[in-house]
Amino acid sequence: MNEQVANKLKILSDAAKYDVSCASSGSNRSNHSKGIGTGVACGICHSFTDDGRCVSLFKILMTNHCIYDCAYCINRRSNDRPRATFTPQEIVDLTIGFYRRNYIEGLFLSSGVIKSPDHTMERMVSIAKKLRTEENYNGYIHLKAIPGASDVLIHEAGIWADRLSVNMEIPTEPNLKKLAPEKNYPDIISPMGQIRDSILVAKEERKKYRKAPRFAPAGQSTQLIVGASPETDRQIILLSSGLYKNQNLKRVYFSGYLPVNDYDKRLPAITRPPLVRENRLYQSDWLMRFYHFKAEEILNEDQPFLDLDVDPKLGYALRNMHLFPVDINRADYEMILRVPGIGVQSAQKIILARRHRRLTMLHLKKLGIVMKRAKYFITTNELPASFSDWEPLRLKHKLLSEMNSKFKKSEDTQLKLFTDFKPVLPTLH
Amino acid sequence: MKIYTYDNSFEGLLTAVFECYRRKDFPVDICSRAGEQRYLFVESVHIETDPVKAERVWKGVQDKLSGRNKQLLFYAFLSEEQGIEMKIYRFLRRLFSGHFNLETDYGDSDVLYLTQTSQKVKKEAMRMLQFIRFQHTKDGMYFCGIEPRYDVIPMVLNHYQKRFADQKWLIYDIKRNYGIYYDKDKAEEVEISKKQFNTYNGQVKQALLDEGEDFYQKLWRSYFKHVSIEERKNLRLQRQHMPRRFWRYLPEKQMEG
Repeated sequence: MNEQVANKLKILSDAAKYDVSCASSGSNRSNHSKGIGTGVACGICHSFTDDGRCVSLFKILMTNHCIYDCAYCINRRSNDRPRATFTPQEIVDLTIGFYRRNYIEGLFLSSGVIKSPDHTMERMVSIAKKLRTEENYNGYIHLKAIPGASDVLIHEAGIWADRLSVNMEIPTEPNLKKLAPEKNYPDIISPMGQIRDSILVAKEERKKYRKAPRFAPAGQSTQLIVGASPETDRQIILLSSGLYKNQNLKRVYFSGYLPVNDYDKRLPAITRPPLVRENRLYQSDWLMRFYHFKAEEILNEDQPFLDLDVDPKLGYALRNMHLFPVDINRADYEMILRVPGIGVQSAQKIILARRHRRLTMLHLKKLGIVMKRAKYFITTNELPASFSDWEPLRLKHKLLSEMNSKFKKSEDTQLKLFTDFKPVLPTLH
Repeated sequence: MKIYTYDNSFEGLLTAVFECYRRKDFPVDICSRAGEQRYLFVESVHIETDPVKAERVWKGVQDKLSGRNKQLLFYAFLSEEQGIEMKIYRFLRRLFSGHFNLETDYGDSDVLYLTQTSQKVKKEAMRMLQFIRFQHTKDGMYFCGIEPRYDVIPMVLNHYQKRFADQKWLIYDIKRNYGIYYDKDKAEEVEISKKQFNTYNGQVKQALLDEGEDFYQKLWRSYFKHVSIEERKNLRLQRQHMPRRFWRYLPEKQMEG
């Protein structure tokens, strides 16, 4: 029997690795029942695999059998792959066994769709319920909501889990139709709306009654595949900013498309995943979530794609040279955040420190600010520094030549494919 | 020239600071007895640790520092960096002379240094939350031996006590030779004289391990291998997040065998 579990684990962890999300943050569930497990609001990564991604949750598929045939998915019906299914008890035992040894922070359960969305969702919910009620487990649980599952099941999932997610995968409806003809867009959007509403209701209830049940306290997230369909970066960024605003999502994850089904002619022919593009999208995501940027500021209408050479914040600064230089000792927090080379923590430190004394370049350097980049965009207490009227293009080349970027040598296939790409589809918003 | 020596404990340092004020002295250095040898022609005064005096200084510090910085000096002290004593002493001098929000004066090199050092210690404590791996033994205990850079095991005690409230566990600091044992009720400090584990990698002797332990380690190794995406391999990033010095304690980083 043990041999069998080991084999299933091999197959199903292999199949689960394409889910990007592994965050264990946002929940501070306490171990009030003297059982096992707690939530830590900041999240804890317990290990890091060879690809440098963190292992925080035990990420596993319940089964990799699937009735769908989505072009981008390795587990599609028409692929000839070893298939396996865990029983609920096996997943519970593995989770508890790993958790007790402090290998993991919790469980991330996803699944292929067997029989029907409802049937699959029901089994997934039963696993979460078993962990909470039978094992007295208070650790993190992330459940994937299966598109098309009934409202009742989704609601029950939210009761037991800390985070729910519905994966959009393909950013726009026409392309979803093309690549996953059996799925439909409303089936993805409607559970998102339902989860959003339930979270809001539960939050209100808890304000009134301290013991009111929680509903997915760590919120919900989603994932978009980048590079499998011809959406522009602008479309993706606008979509994710819309999701943050309208659906109250905690995170939107991007997953660079891996050519897993290269025989399918509906997909672009690439040899390596578009890692740089994915990284630039995450950087834009950070700008929106932590740096008070608006989606429109990162990419404007005549600029569908992010610059792969420089990060979006530097790109913004180069396009808006008239806003700089910023006086470190006077400017407000929002403006200091926009200086390339200054992060959130440094910006906060600057604001606090300048109350005590005027700051100079030397102070900034000691604070950990990347002066190589920042020096062109700031003035300090000293005599006006090297800031002269730099031509944006010249400055970009100068910065690029000084930069020892890890991306410099990496040749990105995506770059070549889409350099001159003109979007044919209407924009989403 | 005068230097103060103390017994290397945080209480001792606070007592020394107290004595500075009482004797209206300004020593050129405060260091441990061993550190005294750096100086040739100095008058050295040994300060006996006095919990009452230390408590008075500590209370003064607590009144002046803001919420999340209350432990700043203690964490910075845990780093055991050479010369940290004088930095703390100068910080306290300024603090007691009536500076408001002194802990945010990052333009001052002492304040910045103390902040950054305490940050380093906190990061090490975080790593203790990340990289502790328990082994299940025959007598139903979960054991982990590890070697943190700073003395941070007490900082994570609370976390483990809450998380594993229903299991017996022991986290052992191999370098400092003490551990914390939790028996489902309370946690206490223990010292193991006859070690049944490998003091290099904290591995418990095979005969003492629970039967299931080997199986779970094997499963974990297999999971760790299969969840990685080959096309995205990035060993540099992995090392950055998970420093090599911890690898020998992690089952997923051991060879199959």
